Amino acid sequence: MSKQSSRRLPVPTPETAPYWEACHDHRLLIQKCADCGKYQFYPRSICSHCTSTNIIWVEAAGCGTVISYTIMHRAISEGYAKTGPRVLALIRLEEDVQMMSNIVECDPEQVKIGMAVEVTFEDWSDEISMPMYRPAGNR
Amino acid sequence: MESLRGKVAIVGAADTEVGVVPHTGATALCVDAITRALDDAGLAKNDVDGLVTCNSMTEPYLYHAEMIAEYLQIFPRYCLGIGAGGGTALAVMHHAASAIATGVCETVVVGMADNLRSGMTRERAMITQSSAGHPQFESPYGPTVPAFYALIARAYMEAYGATSEQLAAVAVNSRNHALLNPHAQMRTPIPVDDVLASRMIAQPLHLLDCSLVSDGGAAVVLTSAERAADLKQQPVYLLGAGEGHGYEHISQAHSLTTSAAVESGARAYEMAGLGPRDIDVAELYDCFTPVVLIELEDLGFCGKGEAGAFVEAGHLAIGGSLPTNTHGGLLSHCHPGNPGSMFALTEAVQQLRRNAGERQVKNAQTALVHAQGGTMSSHCTLILGREKN
Repeated sequence: MSKQSSRRLPVPTPETAPYWEACHDHRLLIQKCADCGKYQFYPRSICSHCTSTNIIWVEAAGCGTVISYTIMHRAISEGYAKTGPRVLALIRLEEDVQMMSNIVECDPEQVKIGMAVEVTFEDWSDEISMPMYRPAGNR
Repeated sequence: MESLRGKVAIVGAADTEVGVVPHTGATALCVDAITRALDDAGLAKNDVDGLVTCNSMTEPYLYHAEMIAEYLQIFPRYCLGIGAGGGTALAVMHHAASAIATGVCETVVVGMADNLRSGMTRERAMITQSSAGHPQFESPYGPTVPAFYALIARAYMEAYGATSEQLAAVAVNSRNHALLNPHAQMRTPIPVDDVLASRMIAQPLHLLDCSLVSDGGAAVVLTSAERAADLKQQPVYLLGAGEGHGYEHISQAHSLTTSAAVESGARAYEMAGLGPRDIDVAELYDCFTPVVLIELEDLGFCGKGEAGAFVEAGHLAIGGSLPTNTHGGLLSHCHPGNPGSMFALTEAVQQLRRNAGERQVKNAQTALVHAQGGTMSSHCTLILGREKN
């Protein structure tokens, strides 16, 4: 795990703990407002659409499209340099929420805006598994 | 609401030595900027009853402005330390102007400095700046600051067909102006091909699409228009100010190609009673080349998707229809981090005093200065003029 230790591991907060616990089980949870029916990401204590506190966790389909991306030739630190240039991307999920992630299991040069992707998980520590995206239908 | 238009003037403005300044620290640079701006205004430190600073990354203090007041042994009645991003310098201008206009204080110094180049290692500077990423939902994915902006660049190029050559033209324009500025950090000419041939940092951004890492500070002195009339410099009046806030983290952006500069610009134009066609000089935040293209469009200088061609046509040159980043900008003059847009402000003051030497824009009457912080997140636009009305 020494390689992982130089990466920046998320530290869950009370609002986000259920998200990271689900990631640990390789499930992607997002929040849905039980009053207005809209989804949101990142996790919050209230609905950012209608301020209701009546929020439920639901499992996302894990499918989305790349709305932008970059290949990072200059890594932020050693822990991120070892696997070669990473693809940083913004993904819009089917549920109409947006998240940042890396595109994996794919030649970086093949990534395109509009590309369909699906979630996969990388185990970074005993507690933290990170949601990543790979081209849809890879396996 | 009563307007701030023409009520407050910049009566002093100065930069420290900028670029690579290893012989001093961030606190000393801030104090140096403040004393230079006071000298420029013909005022003494005891004339100051308001102080605004932004924190330093290399020499941070929990209460920075209070610390600088103590260091200078001044005892202001208005003291404000700001921890925001690149939009900081400009946004504090209307806070300070409001304090003057409402009688909270009479004379405010805004002083900001940092030394990211000499005060920390390159790795430390990269990590510190990229800590703007969300600690749980962005930073673990390893983004650098150029990568955040590359997401915008890629989306913009895809939406409007902008080219790498058009991005490079922004860097070339800034460098051409830096060649006319003896204080600029980068003073070697760069053709478009050099930008395109420079090392790829985060696709599609090359090294020369990215701004500098520098040391330096700048300060301005503000007072009421009445008091300004008795001071030694040509006053530069605050005619308009506006902010716009779309999000903080890029992953939460509602649009990657249209920014809250639309709102900040509209608010500043409305207060000034002016429009884009009335602006003689523009100083636009240029931490990365694509930012300038989006700002040109969102501030109404050209239509959406037209900025690339607008820059390539030479409009941003001194002598062009909209001389922009006349000092060389963050790309070629200097970029010490949070204080970055202060140099755009002091440059606008020099232009409106008609004191900008070889890079003077003829008969400059009005200037627009724009800054943004985060990743095209929080915007502030100022409009300045030689005349109050």
